[in-house]
Amino acid sequence: MDTFGIWVAAFLTLGIISFLYRDNPWYKVCESIFVGISAGYWFVTLFYDNILGLFWRGVTSPDPHYMLLVGAVLGFMMLLRLVPPIGWISRWPLAFVVGATAGLYIINYFSSNVMLQVQSTLAPLFSTKFGQPIFEASLYDTIGNLVIAGGTFTGLVYFFFSKEHKGVFGGAARIGIWTIMITFGASFGYTVMSRMSLLIGRMEFIFGDWLRLIR
Amino acid sequence: MNKWGLIISLTIIAAGLLYLFIKSIRGRDVERRFIFLFMGLAVAVPILFNISFSEKATPIVKAAFDKIENLPPGSKILISFDYDPAMAPEVNPMTDAFVRHAMAKGHRVYFMNLWATGQPMVATAIDRIIKTEFPEKKNGVDYVNLGYKAGGTGVLNVIITDIRKMYLTDVNGINLDSLPIMNGIRSLRDMDLLISVGGGLPGVKEWVLFAGDPGHIPVVGGCAAVSAPLLYPYYPNQLMGLLGGIKGAAEYESELKRKYPRFAETPQPGIKMMGPQTMAHLVIMAFIIFGNISYFVLKSRGE
Repeated sequence: MDTFGIWVAAFLTLGIISFLYRDNPWYKVCESIFVGISAGYWFVTLFYDNILGLFWRGVTSPDPHYMLLVGAVLGFMMLLRLVPPIGWISRWPLAFVVGATAGLYIINYFSSNVMLQVQSTLAPLFSTKFGQPIFEASLYDTIGNLVIAGGTFTGLVYFFFSKEHKGVFGGAARIGIWTIMITFGASFGYTVMSRMSLLIGRMEFIFGDWLRLIR
Repeated sequence: MNKWGLIISLTIIAAGLLYLFIKSIRGRDVERRFIFLFMGLAVAVPILFNISFSEKATPIVKAAFDKIENLPPGSKILISFDYDPAMAPEVNPMTDAFVRHAMAKGHRVYFMNLWATGQPMVATAIDRIIKTEFPEKKNGVDYVNLGYKAGGTGVLNVIITDIRKMYLTDVNGINLDSLPIMNGIRSLRDMDLLISVGGGLPGVKEWVLFAGDPGHIPVVGGCAAVSAPLLYPYYPNQLMGLLGGIKGAAEYESELKRKYPRFAETPQPGIKMMGPQTMAHLVIMAFIIFGNISYFVLKSRGE
């Protein structure tokens, strides 16, 4: 059975890679299988883990969690969009989800992504942390903190369009765009690493598990 | 390292690059399929000759390692597998290393997922690492698989106050209250460390924003390289350590091997993948240089 599975996996892997030559029926078959299996997998997982595992067990347990019924009713209302005459009811649970998510995200994002990130950016230049003795930081830390503070500031200057980018302001904006470009370059390098890792993973499967050319 | 393998790999890559260099100097187009084929060769040849390089942990990876290493044995570590099989080649080495390290230190491990597709990843990790290398560890006592619940950040928002509002049973349908490992565990705040491994949404960032920061719980991350630049700003104040891509996994494996010589013979997929990874990066760097040469050649001709 394992061998059969490996051959199926190899067939599908090569089918997907065949797209690099050009679009073809083999690729289309593999793509359709992937989409179909994904949909089926999600349905089964959500049913067993959430509808059965969380909702049904929750409301039928000796200590019932009746709040789960609220979620179930909202979920059922969402499905009513499949019935066109009363499809408008599905907007209510959607409004609830959008409102609750927005409220939740505003608090957490402001606290973590604004306040704490600003605090991390405003690092002391010559000590390791605020409250630590001055001149304790290494040259590496000091330069690093300068780059973070300077890079953030000049990056913000670049996106300030109410004043013409000339003179000192233009110079800061130019440093800002260089900082941004270096960041994009680092992101591109990481993206290459990510995609190559996936290719390596598939090649190791083909040469190892399937063809058994490597251990 | 296989010396001849390295020579053959470099020869094949150098020959291909020479061809591309001549093309770029002449300002000629290169058939895109040749690029694909060449990339395939640049990756395949080092794999076939088993080329790898030694790794040394950088401070951000060392910080993640030290965080687990310095916890007293029996500490409670939650590991969330927030990824799918497509991302597995890149992040599985991280979860393997984290699980191996936590088990070797005698910590209690709680597995869960914010991605439905992460569930089989946990099951295979338990089979591959715990049942094979640590057969004495017992399910429900030393580790537990809580499984997946839908809701993403909503799940985190609930379990930070009460895990049982989301998880009534473990993945096998066993009531959480009957598992010894769950004694004294009410919410995420009872955990000593949260580890999220992923590369999408929800992932490491959501664990920092919705669990680590509001609950003041230390978070360590492991992510696909494509997400790493977005997560570095959270280190070191909001994220205790981060494994960025396969390079991070390889560094963690090298640190684990250095600290625990018993793991010298266990599979180290991260270190193994760094050979072809290095070759591929050299080729991409050459592509960028040749593309620029071609650009300036065409510009000088007024084309």
